[in-house]
Amino acid sequence: MSAHGGELAGERAPEVAARLRLHGQPVAGAGDRRLDAEPARETVFEIRDVAVHYGSSQALGWTTLDIHRHEVTAVIGPSGCGKSTFLRSLNRMNDTIPNFRLEGEVLYRGHDLYAPATNRVEVRRRIGMVFQKPNPFPKSIYDNVAWAPRNLGMRAGLDERVERALRHAALWDEVKDRLKQSALGLSGGQQQRLCIARAIAIEPDVLLLDEPASALDPIATASIEELMHTLKHRYTLVIVTHNMQQAARVADRTAFFALDLSGSQRVGTLIEYAPTRTLFTNPSDPRTRDYITGQFG
Amino acid sequence: MSSIGSIGSRLRDRAGAHSSLGDRVMYALCATGGLIAAAVIAEMIYQVVHGAGPAISRDGLAFVLHSRWNPFFNRFGGGQGLYGTLVSSAIALVLATPLGISIGLYLGVMASPRVRAVVGPLVEMLAAVPSVIVGFWGVIVLAPFVAHHVEPFLHGALGFIPIFGTPQTTGLSLFTAGLTLTLMVLPIIAALSRDLFLTVPRELTDGAAALGATRWEVIRGVVLPTTAAGVAAAVVLGLGRALGEAIAVLQVIGGGHGISRNLFLPSDALAPRIAQEFLSPEGQEIPALFYLALILLVIELVISVVARRIAGRFSVHRTVTT
Repeated sequence: MSAHGGELAGERAPEVAARLRLHGQPVAGAGDRRLDAEPARETVFEIRDVAVHYGSSQALGWTTLDIHRHEVTAVIGPSGCGKSTFLRSLNRMNDTIPNFRLEGEVLYRGHDLYAPATNRVEVRRRIGMVFQKPNPFPKSIYDNVAWAPRNLGMRAGLDERVERALRHAALWDEVKDRLKQSALGLSGGQQQRLCIARAIAIEPDVLLLDEPASALDPIATASIEELMHTLKHRYTLVIVTHNMQQAARVADRTAFFALDLSGSQRVGTLIEYAPTRTLFTNPSDPRTRDYITGQFG
Repeated sequence: MSSIGSIGSRLRDRAGAHSSLGDRVMYALCATGGLIAAAVIAEMIYQVVHGAGPAISRDGLAFVLHSRWNPFFNRFGGGQGLYGTLVSSAIALVLATPLGISIGLYLGVMASPRVRAVVGPLVEMLAAVPSVIVGFWGVIVLAPFVAHHVEPFLHGALGFIPIFGTPQTTGLSLFTAGLTLTLMVLPIIAALSRDLFLTVPRELTDGAAALGATRWEVIRGVVLPTTAAGVAAAVVLGLGRALGEAIAVLQVIGGGHGISRNLFLPSDALAPRIAQEFLSPEGQEIPALFYLALILLVIELVISVVARRIAGRFSVHRTVTT
């Protein structure tokens, strides 16, 4: 990936001035290197003081956190706390929303994703996304996976690429005999795995998953979760989920967002970010404890 | 019990008297309207077929291909009108389809909401301009411009192709008729395809964008394929408008006789000839004009059926999405 790094414009030295204080309260874990078990862990995203506004209303308060390579990072919190806004800010999927405005810096491997010269098409090519509702194209299963590689000129060995992507998405055995059939004939769980296969067919660096299992039944959910354990060896995963058990099962680190009062507005705010085990067994913020023990949300 | 009884009587009352009467009146009005529409269509078809009877029994299907139109010698043929109608409509379709889809893409996919709110209604207003005014503009602006600039240029650059022959000085030609029709078909295709592009689910375009697709790749890979059938129906509807247009074409086509490969010569078409000749028919002209009308009617009915079929397939395709 680093060989392509120069294509992302806006190169600048990562600012390490991590803000530890948020509305006067320390954010547990954010930027706190001592919590890292392995100090040499590679950082993919450095989110620095990011705030998101939609017009005059603020959706996300000043957020600072690091996301590490080959880990699953879960984002949990009650509805409307800015989880999805945060996730979609990581590959600029919010750009098309009218009046969207982002302050602060999202550094992806040291490159400012929101620098004026950054090519958002290139950003999304490296940082793929899987959505809440399975959204396969109304094309054949094969063409769903082959579409993006074709766009990017990866025509050599396309069949092998499609097969590999479907295998890595644990879908190959179910669809290998009907690759030419419409993807819309698949079950919801299969469609979602197809969307994952479609995303990994172009070998992204990061995979963002926005509540990928919330529209699925328990068995399909289990297969998606299992898949995430294997995918993290190849990719860096960030998953938004409103299901705390899911976060506990799949994530290495978990960020807890909640609505916090900022002036007169209620703004999505990062409350705590820690290794999943720590967050769930020994949360340092009382709001986290209340949430994971079911006191609110 | 008494309260239940009174509710029961009120229920009967509502069902029996007021609303039922209103329902029946409304039903009768609507049904009558529908029946009248069906009856009018049937009556029109009958009149056209009946009026064309003598010409049909005299010339048969040969009329369709015969190109002479000479009331003094009682020689009539629909060939030239058919040729003019088909060629001018084809020109309109070839030009208006890519242009209209481009405008639709701009307004439906690319333009900011503000631009969309201003330009969109303007495009629709273009469709509302009366055809006699479009034809008027065609005579005083388009025809001279075409005669002095477009036709000489095309003749000079592509003159080796027979359709770009020697231009006339007036600019009243089959080509100008095609351009005028383009103007009339364009807003139909543009407005309909814009509406279709706006129905493409956000999840699909987002999904494509999240795969690192450029705007053009999203359009080509997702927007156009999911709306293709609807856009095709829009184009066919535009074609229907072009084929049936009488006044604007009459004003700019030049009323020439004979079939020529040269698009820059005056020509004639079915609808304008019917409109013009019917005012002062000569000899046995009237049955022949009815025959022309019959040809036009058959073409338009076929077009209507085709558009309906395409649109029907389209709606089925859309509902399959889970």
